[in-house]
Amino acid sequence: MVVFQMVWKVIGKNKIPTLIQELNKEYEVFTPVKKENLVFFERVSSGNEAFLDFQNTKKSPKEVFFPQTEILFTYEINKQGVEIEKAPVLKRDIVLLGIRPCDAKGFLLLDKFFSSGEYKDLYYLEKRRNTTIIGLACNRPLSTCFCTSMGGAPFGKEGMDLLLQDINDKYLIETVTERGEKLIKKLPWLKDAENGDIDKVRSLSRNVEKAIKSKVSVEGVSKKLDGMFDNKQWDLIHEKCLGCGVCTYLCPTCCCFDILDEATTKWKRVRIWDSCQFSCFTLQGSGYNPRPSGKERMRQRIMHKFNYFPKNYGENFCVGCGRCVQECPVNFDIREVVEAISTDIWREKDE
Amino acid sequence: MNNPYIPNPTVIRRITTENDANDIKTFELVFTDPEALKNFRYRCGQFAEISVFGAGECPIGIASSPTDQGYIQFTVKKVGVVTTALHNSEEGTIIGVRGPFGNGFPLEAMEGRNVVIIGGGFAFTTLRSLTNFILHKTNRDRFKDLTVIYGARNPGELIYKYDLKTWGQRDDIDLNVTIDQAVPGWTGLVGFVPAVVKEVAPSSDNAIAIICGPPIMIKFTMPVVSELGFSPDETFLSLEMRMKCGIGKCGRCNIGNKFVCKDGPVFTFKELQMMPKEH
Repeated sequence: MVVFQMVWKVIGKNKIPTLIQELNKEYEVFTPVKKENLVFFERVSSGNEAFLDFQNTKKSPKEVFFPQTEILFTYEINKQGVEIEKAPVLKRDIVLLGIRPCDAKGFLLLDKFFSSGEYKDLYYLEKRRNTTIIGLACNRPLSTCFCTSMGGAPFGKEGMDLLLQDINDKYLIETVTERGEKLIKKLPWLKDAENGDIDKVRSLSRNVEKAIKSKVSVEGVSKKLDGMFDNKQWDLIHEKCLGCGVCTYLCPTCCCFDILDEATTKWKRVRIWDSCQFSCFTLQGSGYNPRPSGKERMRQRIMHKFNYFPKNYGENFCVGCGRCVQECPVNFDIREVVEAISTDIWREKDE
Repeated sequence: MNNPYIPNPTVIRRITTENDANDIKTFELVFTDPEALKNFRYRCGQFAEISVFGAGECPIGIASSPTDQGYIQFTVKKVGVVTTALHNSEEGTIIGVRGPFGNGFPLEAMEGRNVVIIGGGFAFTTLRSLTNFILHKTNRDRFKDLTVIYGARNPGELIYKYDLKTWGQRDDIDLNVTIDQAVPGWTGLVGFVPAVVKEVAPSSDNAIAIICGPPIMIKFTMPVVSELGFSPDETFLSLEMRMKCGIGKCGRCNIGNKFVCKDGPVFTFKELQMMPKEH
């Protein structure tokens, strides 16, 4: 067993650019950035680009390991035939800084999915395995946040290597894993935290957790959904859905993709994000579509998250980040659906 | 670890047009790398992802039998971008293949049993693989009576006419080929597949049924098969579903918590009865 000492360090907020600058020498550093009023994760080349004063990022950090467009390989068609050139997955190790505990939990679910089965997804896994995650605890959860219902917490450490915790003008850095400790050792200039600071974050953590008012009862939902595939409520809840797919694009765990060939100077086989909310997602060559309307597609999304995935992997495929609720153009609220299933309202209405 | 998204190059050795409408062709492919050929060990009922370079990729059932040495065959209907590009390809063109994927037919369970194969339309491809596998001299003794019921819209749409001819001359297969409506010159069976199954009435005694066809054929064939006494766990269906990756990752071919690409495409009727009706 590996024993490492749990250490607490402290960094002034004004030193974050210095930290990123230093990490940049060795790692590909991804942090939240703010562009045109959107906060999302991007590879940064200077410390000043990082933007950490957000409630949650608009897009989840999944694109760091599972980009919206990713080249699987390139190829050239010439007289000799076809020459395939594998795409390099990783240039340098990655540091992903500033992700919320909900998103870190999301990665643990994606890890399970992409590493399962006979065929592993090397594109995701290689990046993921060579990444150190420096999380950022949540001081100001949104009204749409429901991580505590999904087994998470605003100061949750699950999936983190290091966790930054915001106390006024500085961050306390908690070491969570050996990988995190290794990184800390490369930064000897970080000061040790004082006991008072640690007490401060502990009480802050309790208070923030209480501030999450949005509660959803998910207990037993997976099992209840077993008998609800033909429930009449599916006919109703999808009606306002536009099928835009924003819920799936912003979701930290949705990871369905399409594969296609594209030509620029070279031919590329790329995979791009896809969505179960799109009609062509399951459209067959013959014209037959097993999920012909919004009803089946909405049902697929809910069932996948709360029934199919739990059956295969023992956990719900949702971390309660609330992005799908926050950004839905027609105010579809997955919390209401889960609550109605869990409290048997759906079952009663169906009788 | 091998990257399952990288296709192995093959060359089209032979193209056979299968139907009068000229939109179904069989492509015979040979691997350019002998190592890749050795690694491509497949069972009847499996599929592969076919790359047409400059167009894209699509999943196609393997139409040849593992007993066919040195080449693999895919029978492809022209429907979309990739299959159209494939149809426009000539012999000698380089085609990518990755696979084989999926579970395939339950050959072990079929040994020592009577086998009833029921197929309709263009879905007959992997059933043809299975039929040729069973009829091969190295395998024929391992299986008992073989009944094949195969239907197409009209004589011109029957695929593998060369195989049907060979099979028809053998006495170790009960071959029943039918077309939907009578046409001049056709002396064989006439009627939809479910009706012909009822008429032929293969015995379910010590038998396993393997079925593949369009949804409408399946819908009306299943009650007939059940009535003949085939139990749901000895009736196998091969399913069709839109797929991209073939390895259970791209997320679109699921029925409930099962993926047709990796848990199927072959399921027992019993399994399908427990799964959501979404296929």
